[in-house]
Amino acid sequence: MTPMTPTTPLLAQATAEATVSTGEAIAFWILGPLALAGALGMVFARNAVHSALWLVLTMLTLGLLYLAQQAQFLGFTQIIVYTGAIMMLFLFVLMLAGRDSSDSVVEVLRGQRLAGALLGVGVAGLFATAMARGLADVTPAAPLDPWSPEGGGAGGLGRVIFGDYLFPFELTAALLITAAMGGMVLSFTTRHGKGGRKTQRELVEARFRGEYERPSPKPGPGVFATANSVATPALLPDGSVAPESLSELIENTSAARLEEQRRQVAGDVPKPDAHALVAPDESEEGKGK
Amino acid sequence: MTPTYYLLLSALLFTIGAVGVLVRRNAVVVFMCVELMLNAVNLSLVTFGRINGEIDGQVMAFFVMVVAAAEVVVGLAIIMAIFRTRRSASIDDTNLLKY
Repeated sequence: MTPMTPTTPLLAQATAEATVSTGEAIAFWILGPLALAGALGMVFARNAVHSALWLVLTMLTLGLLYLAQQAQFLGFTQIIVYTGAIMMLFLFVLMLAGRDSSDSVVEVLRGQRLAGALLGVGVAGLFATAMARGLADVTPAAPLDPWSPEGGGAGGLGRVIFGDYLFPFELTAALLITAAMGGMVLSFTTRHGKGGRKTQRELVEARFRGEYERPSPKPGPGVFATANSVATPALLPDGSVAPESLSELIENTSAARLEEQRRQVAGDVPKPDAHALVAPDESEEGKGK
Repeated sequence: MTPTYYLLLSALLFTIGAVGVLVRRNAVVVFMCVELMLNAVNLSLVTFGRINGEIDGQVMAFFVMVVAAAEVVVGLAIIMAIFRTRRSASIDDTNLLKY
Protein backbone atom coordinates (compact mmCIF):
# COMPACT_ATOMS: atom_id res chain seq x y z
CA MET A 1 0.00 0.00 0.00
CA THR A 2 1.47 3.34 -1.01
CA PRO A 3 1.56 6.13 1.51
CA MET A 4 -1.25 8.65 1.18
CA THR A 5 0.91 11.77 1.32
CA PRO A 6 0.68 14.03 -1.74
CA THR A 7 3.72 14.77 -3.84
CA THR A 8 4.10 18.32 -2.56
CA PRO A 9 2.50 18.14 0.83
CA LEU A 10 3.61 21.50 2.13
CA LEU A 11 2.51 23.48 -0.91
CA ALA A 12 -0.86 21.74 -1.21
CA GLN A 13 -1.46 22.18 2.50
CA ALA A 14 -0.64 25.87 2.35
CA THR A 15 -3.01 26.63 -0.53
CA ALA A 16 -5.74 24.56 1.04
CA GLU A 17 -5.38 26.43 4.31
CA ALA A 18 -5.79 29.67 2.43
CA THR A 19 -9.23 28.70 1.08
CA VAL A 20 -10.69 27.84 4.48
CA SER A 21 -10.78 30.81 6.79
CA THR A 22 -10.27 30.47 10.53
CA GLY A 23 -13.87 31.42 11.22
CA GLU A 24 -15.12 28.69 8.91
CA ALA A 25 -12.82 26.15 10.57
CA ILE A 26 -14.16 27.11 14.01
CA ALA A 27 -17.74 26.86 12.71
CA PHE A 28 -17.00 23.46 11.23
CA TRP A 29 -15.49 22.04 14.41
CA ILE A 30 -18.52 23.20 16.39
CA LEU A 31 -21.21 22.26 13.87
CA GLY A 32 -19.70 18.99 12.61
CA PRO A 33 -19.80 17.21 16.00
CA LEU A 34 -23.31 18.59 16.55
CA ALA A 35 -24.46 17.10 13.24
CA LEU A 36 -22.87 13.76 14.13
CA ALA A 37 -24.48 13.84 17.58
CA GLY A 38 -27.86 14.50 16.00
CA ALA A 39 -27.45 11.62 13.56
CA LEU A 40 -26.34 9.20 16.27
CA GLY A 41 -29.15 10.36 18.55
CA MET A 42 -31.64 9.71 15.78
CA VAL A 43 -30.47 6.13 15.29
CA PHE A 44 -30.20 5.31 18.98
CA ALA A 45 -33.29 7.08 20.39
CA ARG A 46 -35.98 4.55 21.31
CA ASN A 47 -38.83 7.00 20.92
CA ALA A 48 -39.57 7.91 17.31
CA VAL A 49 -40.48 11.50 18.21
CA HIS A 50 -37.08 11.92 19.88
CA SER A 51 -35.51 10.53 16.71
CA ALA A 52 -37.30 13.18 14.66
CA LEU A 53 -36.09 15.96 16.96
CA TRP A 54 -32.49 14.70 16.78
CA LEU A 55 -32.77 14.72 12.99
CA VAL A 56 -34.00 18.33 13.16
CA LEU A 57 -30.75 19.18 14.97
CA THR A 58 -28.69 17.52 12.24
CA MET A 59 -30.56 19.29 9.46
CA LEU A 60 -30.23 22.68 11.15
CA THR A 61 -26.47 22.24 11.55
CA LEU A 62 -26.20 21.10 7.92
CA GLY A 63 -27.98 24.30 6.87
CA LEU A 64 -25.47 26.32 8.88
CA LEU A 65 -22.62 24.37 7.27
CA TYR A 66 -23.98 25.38 3.84
CA LEU A 67 -23.95 28.98 5.04
CA ALA A 68 -20.36 28.53 6.16
CA GLN A 69 -19.48 27.30 2.65
CA GLN A 70 -20.86 30.47 1.03
CA ALA A 71 -24.04 28.70 -0.16
CA GLN A 72 -26.44 31.14 1.46
CA PHE A 73 -29.55 30.42 -0.58
CA LEU A 74 -29.18 26.67 -0.19
CA GLY A 75 -28.56 27.04 3.55
CA PHE A 76 -31.76 28.94 4.13
CA THR A 77 -33.67 26.61 1.81
CA GLN A 78 -32.37 23.70 3.86
CA ILE A 79 -33.59 25.26 7.09
CA ILE A 80 -36.98 26.28 5.67
CA VAL A 81 -37.75 23.22 3.55
CA TYR A 82 -36.20 20.45 5.60
CA THR A 83 -36.61 21.50 9.22
CA GLY A 84 -39.64 23.66 8.54
CA ALA A 85 -41.70 21.53 6.18
CA ILE A 86 -40.40 17.98 5.85
CA MET A 87 -39.61 17.33 9.51
CA MET A 88 -42.94 18.81 10.60
CA LEU A 89 -44.63 16.44 8.14
CA PHE A 90 -42.72 13.60 9.79
CA LEU A 91 -43.87 14.73 13.22
CA PHE A 92 -47.48 14.90 12.02
CA VAL A 93 -47.32 11.33 10.71
CA LEU A 94 -45.64 10.17 13.93
CA MET A 95 -48.43 11.71 15.96
CA LEU A 96 -51.09 10.14 13.71
CA ALA A 97 -49.44 6.70 13.61
CA GLY A 98 -48.05 7.10 17.09
CA ARG A 99 -49.60 4.03 18.65
CA ASP A 100 -46.39 2.02 18.40
CA SER A 101 -44.06 4.95 18.04
CA SER A 102 -41.43 3.30 20.23
CA ASP A 103 -39.33 0.59 18.65
CA SER A 104 -39.42 -2.99 19.80
CA VAL A 105 -36.24 -4.21 21.44
CA VAL A 106 -36.67 -7.73 20.07
CA GLU A 107 -34.25 -8.66 17.33
CA VAL A 108 -36.20 -10.51 14.66
CA LEU A 109 -33.18 -11.59 12.65
CA ARG A 110 -30.41 -12.96 14.82
CA GLY A 111 -27.29 -10.81 14.80
CA GLN A 112 -28.78 -8.23 12.44
CA ARG A 113 -27.76 -5.24 14.53
CA LEU A 114 -24.18 -6.45 14.86
CA ALA A 115 -24.00 -7.14 11.13
CA GLY A 116 -25.45 -3.68 10.40
CA ALA A 117 -22.91 -1.99 12.67
CA LEU A 118 -20.01 -3.93 11.10
CA LEU A 119 -21.27 -3.00 7.63
CA GLY A 120 -21.46 0.63 8.71
CA VAL A 121 -17.89 0.63 9.95
CA GLY A 122 -16.78 -0.98 6.68
CA VAL A 123 -18.65 1.54 4.52
CA ALA A 124 -17.31 4.46 6.55
CA GLY A 125 -13.75 3.17 6.21
CA LEU A 126 -14.22 2.68 2.47
CA PHE A 127 -15.56 6.20 1.97
CA ALA A 128 -12.91 7.80 4.17
CA THR A 129 -9.93 6.06 2.54
CA ALA A 130 -11.31 6.59 -0.97
CA MET A 131 -11.74 10.29 -0.36
CA ALA A 132 -8.48 10.76 1.48
CA ARG A 133 -6.61 9.12 -1.41
CA GLY A 134 -8.65 10.70 -4.19
CA LEU A 135 -8.53 14.25 -2.84
CA ALA A 136 -4.95 14.27 -1.56
CA ASP A 137 -3.58 16.12 -4.60
CA VAL A 138 -6.60 18.34 -5.21
CA THR A 139 -6.15 22.03 -4.59
CA PRO A 140 -9.49 23.58 -3.68
CA ALA A 141 -10.57 26.61 -5.65
CA ALA A 142 -11.19 29.91 -3.94
CA PRO A 143 -14.71 30.11 -2.49
CA LEU A 144 -17.33 31.83 -4.60
CA ASP A 145 -18.16 35.40 -3.77
CA PRO A 146 -21.86 35.34 -2.78
CA TRP A 147 -22.35 38.98 -3.75
CA SER A 148 -21.19 38.55 -7.34
CA PRO A 149 -23.81 37.56 -9.95
CA GLU A 150 -22.06 34.19 -10.41
CA GLY A 151 -21.74 33.49 -6.67
CA GLY A 152 -23.64 31.23 -4.32
CA GLY A 153 -26.41 33.71 -3.57
CA ALA A 154 -29.95 33.52 -4.91
CA GLY A 155 -28.97 35.54 -8.00
CA GLY A 156 -26.16 33.24 -9.10
CA LEU A 157 -28.21 30.13 -8.38
CA GLY A 158 -31.21 31.47 -10.28
CA ARG A 159 -29.01 32.36 -13.27
CA VAL A 160 -27.83 28.74 -13.51
CA ILE A 161 -31.19 27.09 -12.75
CA PHE A 162 -33.11 29.14 -15.31
CA GLY A 163 -30.31 28.89 -17.84
CA ASP A 164 -28.33 25.66 -18.03
CA TYR A 165 -30.73 23.62 -15.89
CA LEU A 166 -34.03 24.92 -17.27
CA PHE A 167 -35.28 21.57 -18.59
CA PRO A 168 -34.57 19.62 -15.34
CA PHE A 169 -36.22 22.47 -13.48
CA GLU A 170 -39.35 22.07 -15.61
CA LEU A 171 -39.24 18.33 -14.95
CA THR A 172 -39.30 18.96 -11.19
CA ALA A 173 -42.65 20.68 -11.69
CA ALA A 174 -44.03 17.48 -13.22
CA LEU A 175 -42.46 15.49 -10.37
CA LEU A 176 -44.05 17.67 -7.70
CA ILE A 177 -47.48 17.50 -9.33
CA THR A 178 -47.19 13.71 -9.61
CA ALA A 179 -46.16 13.50 -5.96
CA ALA A 180 -49.11 15.63 -4.87
CA MET A 181 -51.48 13.43 -6.89
CA GLY A 182 -49.89 10.30 -5.43
CA GLY A 183 -50.26 11.62 -1.91
CA MET A 184 -53.92 12.39 -2.50
CA VAL A 185 -54.63 8.98 -4.06
CA LEU A 186 -52.86 7.08 -1.28
CA SER A 187 -54.44 8.97 1.59
CA PHE A 188 -57.94 9.01 0.12
CA THR A 189 -60.51 6.85 1.88
CA THR A 190 -63.88 6.28 0.34
CA ARG A 191 -66.96 6.11 2.51
CA HIS A 192 -68.55 3.41 0.41
CA GLY A 193 -65.57 1.19 -0.26
CA LYS A 194 -64.50 -1.82 1.73
CA GLY A 195 -63.27 -0.75 5.13
CA GLY A 196 -64.42 2.78 4.49
CA ARG A 197 -65.90 5.06 7.08
CA LYS A 198 -69.35 4.22 8.36
CA THR A 199 -72.14 6.71 8.70
CA GLN A 200 -73.32 7.60 12.18
CA ARG A 201 -76.48 5.50 11.76
CA GLU A 202 -74.56 2.41 10.59
CA LEU A 203 -72.19 2.84 13.53
CA VAL A 204 -75.01 3.00 16.08
CA GLU A 205 -76.73 -0.07 14.60
CA ALA A 206 -73.47 -1.99 14.55
CA ARG A 207 -72.86 -1.05 18.17
CA PHE A 208 -76.24 -2.33 19.29
CA ARG A 209 -75.78 -5.52 17.30
CA GLY A 210 -72.76 -6.08 19.50
CA GLU A 211 -70.06 -5.71 16.88
CA TYR A 212 -68.16 -3.38 19.20
CA GLU A 213 -67.09 -3.86 22.79
CA ARG A 214 -69.72 -1.56 24.24
CA PRO A 215 -72.85 0.18 22.89
CA SER A 216 -71.97 3.58 24.28
CA PRO A 217 -68.95 5.71 23.53
CA LYS A 218 -65.97 5.32 25.81
CA PRO A 219 -65.98 7.54 28.91
CA GLY A 220 -64.12 10.75 28.33
CA PRO A 221 -61.25 11.97 30.46
CA GLY A 222 -61.68 14.31 33.40
CA VAL A 223 -63.30 13.78 36.78
CA PHE A 224 -66.79 15.25 36.43
CA ALA A 225 -65.48 18.56 35.14
CA THR A 226 -62.91 18.97 37.91
CA ALA A 227 -60.22 18.48 35.27
CA ASN A 228 -60.27 18.50 31.50
CA SER A 229 -56.82 17.01 30.96
CA VAL A 230 -56.59 13.87 28.83
CA ALA A 231 -54.23 12.52 31.47
CA THR A 232 -56.94 12.55 34.14
CA PRO A 233 -58.98 9.35 33.95
CA ALA A 234 -62.74 9.27 34.39
CA LEU A 235 -64.11 7.94 37.69
CA LEU A 236 -66.92 5.45 38.02
CA PRO A 237 -69.75 6.12 40.55
CA ASP A 238 -67.99 4.10 43.26
CA GLY A 239 -64.88 6.22 42.92
CA SER A 240 -62.74 3.71 41.06
CA VAL A 241 -60.93 4.63 37.85
CA ALA A 242 -62.74 3.71 34.63
CA PRO A 243 -60.20 1.61 32.74
CA GLU A 244 -61.58 2.55 29.29
CA SER A 245 -60.78 6.21 29.89
CA LEU A 246 -57.06 5.59 30.43
CA SER A 247 -54.98 6.85 27.54
CA GLU A 248 -52.61 4.39 25.91
CA LEU A 249 -50.27 7.06 24.66
CA ILE A 250 -49.57 9.36 27.57
CA GLU A 251 -48.79 8.89 31.22
CA ASN A 252 -51.98 9.17 33.24
CA THR A 253 -52.42 11.04 36.48
CA SER A 254 -51.52 8.73 39.32
CA ALA A 255 -54.34 7.35 41.43
CA ALA A 256 -52.88 8.83 44.63
CA ARG A 257 -53.39 12.36 43.38
CA LEU A 258 -57.03 11.61 42.60
CA GLU A 259 -57.77 10.39 46.15
CA GLU A 260 -59.75 13.43 47.27
CA GLN A 261 -61.89 13.52 44.13
CA ARG A 262 -62.47 9.78 44.35
CA ARG A 263 -63.85 10.16 47.84
CA GLN A 264 -66.09 13.01 46.69
CA VAL A 265 -67.44 10.99 43.78
CA ALA A 266 -68.02 7.94 45.97
CA GLY A 267 -70.03 10.05 48.45
CA ASP A 268 -67.77 9.40 51.48
CA VAL A 269 -67.41 13.14 51.95
CA PRO A 270 -70.48 15.40 52.40
CA LYS A 271 -71.21 17.52 49.36
CA PRO A 272 -70.55 21.25 49.53
CA ASP A 273 -73.49 23.19 50.96
CA ALA A 274 -75.72 24.14 48.04
CA HIS A 275 -77.19 27.10 49.97
CA ALA A 276 -73.85 28.64 50.81
CA LEU A 277 -73.24 31.78 48.76
CA VAL A 278 -69.49 31.47 48.91
CA ALA A 279 -67.70 28.23 48.23
CA PRO A 280 -65.78 26.97 51.26
CA ASP A 281 -62.00 26.96 51.23
CA GLU A 282 -60.26 24.10 49.50
CA SER A 283 -58.52 23.07 52.71
CA GLU A 284 -61.74 22.89 54.74
CA GLU A 285 -63.50 20.98 52.00
CA GLY A 286 -60.71 18.46 51.88
CA LYS A 287 -61.01 17.70 55.60
CA GLY A 288 -64.70 16.81 55.23
CA LYS A 289 -66.21 19.07 57.87
CA MET B 1 -8.26 22.20 7.69
CA THR B 2 -9.30 21.55 4.08
CA PRO B 3 -12.78 21.18 2.52
CA THR B 4 -12.12 17.44 2.57
CA TYR B 5 -13.28 17.43 6.19
CA TYR B 6 -16.77 18.30 5.00
CA LEU B 7 -16.67 15.21 2.79
CA LEU B 8 -15.57 13.07 5.72
CA LEU B 9 -18.45 14.44 7.79
CA SER B 10 -20.84 13.72 4.93
CA ALA B 11 -19.51 10.16 4.61
CA LEU B 12 -20.02 9.59 8.34
CA LEU B 13 -23.56 10.97 8.22
CA PHE B 14 -24.35 8.78 5.20
CA THR B 15 -23.02 5.73 7.01
CA ILE B 16 -25.03 6.47 10.15
CA GLY B 17 -28.13 6.83 7.99
CA ALA B 18 -27.44 3.54 6.22
CA VAL B 19 -26.93 1.71 9.52
CA GLY B 20 -30.14 3.25 10.80
CA VAL B 21 -32.07 1.94 7.78
CA LEU B 22 -30.72 -1.54 8.50
CA VAL B 23 -31.22 -1.50 12.27
CA ARG B 24 -34.42 0.41 13.06
CA ARG B 25 -37.82 -1.27 12.84
CA ASN B 26 -40.21 1.67 12.79
CA ALA B 27 -41.10 2.61 9.20
CA VAL B 28 -41.13 6.34 9.92
CA VAL B 29 -37.70 6.20 11.57
CA VAL B 30 -36.34 4.18 8.62
CA PHE B 31 -37.67 6.92 6.38
CA MET B 32 -35.95 9.58 8.47
CA CYS B 33 -32.67 7.67 8.08
CA VAL B 34 -33.15 7.81 4.28
CA GLU B 35 -33.61 11.56 4.63
CA LEU B 36 -30.35 11.75 6.57
CA MET B 37 -28.56 9.91 3.74
CA LEU B 38 -29.99 12.40 1.21
CA ASN B 39 -28.80 15.28 3.37
CA ALA B 40 -25.32 13.80 3.64
CA VAL B 41 -25.12 13.54 -0.14
CA ASN B 42 -26.30 17.15 -0.38
CA LEU B 43 -23.44 18.24 1.85
CA SER B 44 -20.94 16.40 -0.31
CA LEU B 45 -22.44 17.93 -3.49
CA VAL B 46 -22.11 21.43 -2.06
CA THR B 47 -18.55 20.70 -0.95
CA PHE B 48 -17.55 19.28 -4.34
CA GLY B 49 -18.96 22.39 -6.00
CA ARG B 50 -16.97 24.53 -3.60
CA ILE B 51 -13.74 22.60 -4.24
CA ASN B 52 -14.20 23.06 -7.99
CA GLY B 53 -15.24 26.69 -7.64
CA GLU B 54 -18.49 25.99 -9.52
CA ILE B 55 -22.09 26.61 -8.52
CA ASP B 56 -23.40 23.45 -10.25
CA GLY B 57 -22.98 21.41 -7.08
CA GLN B 58 -25.40 23.69 -5.28
CA VAL B 59 -27.90 23.37 -8.14
CA MET B 60 -27.74 19.57 -7.88
CA ALA B 61 -28.26 19.76 -4.12
CA PHE B 62 -31.26 21.98 -4.85
CA PHE B 63 -32.74 19.34 -7.16
CA VAL B 64 -32.08 16.64 -4.56
CA MET B 65 -34.10 18.73 -2.10
CA VAL B 66 -37.02 18.90 -4.54
CA VAL B 67 -36.90 15.14 -5.12
CA ALA B 68 -36.71 14.58 -1.35
CA ALA B 69 -39.81 16.71 -0.79
CA ALA B 70 -41.75 14.72 -3.40
CA GLU B 71 -40.44 11.44 -1.98
CA VAL B 72 -41.48 12.37 1.56
CA VAL B 73 -45.04 13.15 0.47
CA VAL B 74 -45.51 9.82 -1.31
CA GLY B 75 -43.59 7.76 1.26
CA LEU B 76 -45.44 9.11 4.26
CA ALA B 77 -48.76 8.62 2.44
CA ILE B 78 -47.78 4.97 1.84
CA ILE B 79 -46.84 4.57 5.52
CA MET B 80 -50.17 6.06 6.56
CA ALA B 81 -52.06 3.77 4.14
CA ILE B 82 -50.26 0.73 5.56
CA PHE B 83 -50.88 1.95 9.10
CA ARG B 84 -54.58 2.35 8.36
CA THR B 85 -54.98 -1.26 7.23
CA ARG B 86 -52.45 -3.01 9.49
CA ARG B 87 -52.69 -0.73 12.56
CA SER B 88 -48.90 -0.86 12.80
CA ALA B 89 -45.97 1.19 11.56
CA SER B 90 -43.43 -1.57 12.18
CA ILE B 91 -41.75 -2.92 9.08
CA ASP B 92 -41.68 -6.41 10.62
CA ASP B 93 -45.47 -6.58 10.31
CA THR B 94 -45.51 -5.50 6.70
CA ASN B 95 -45.11 -8.54 4.49
CA LEU B 96 -47.75 -7.90 1.84
CA LEU B 97 -48.21 -5.05 -0.60
CA LYS B 98 -51.98 -5.32 -0.39
CA TYR B 99 -54.31 -5.70 2.63
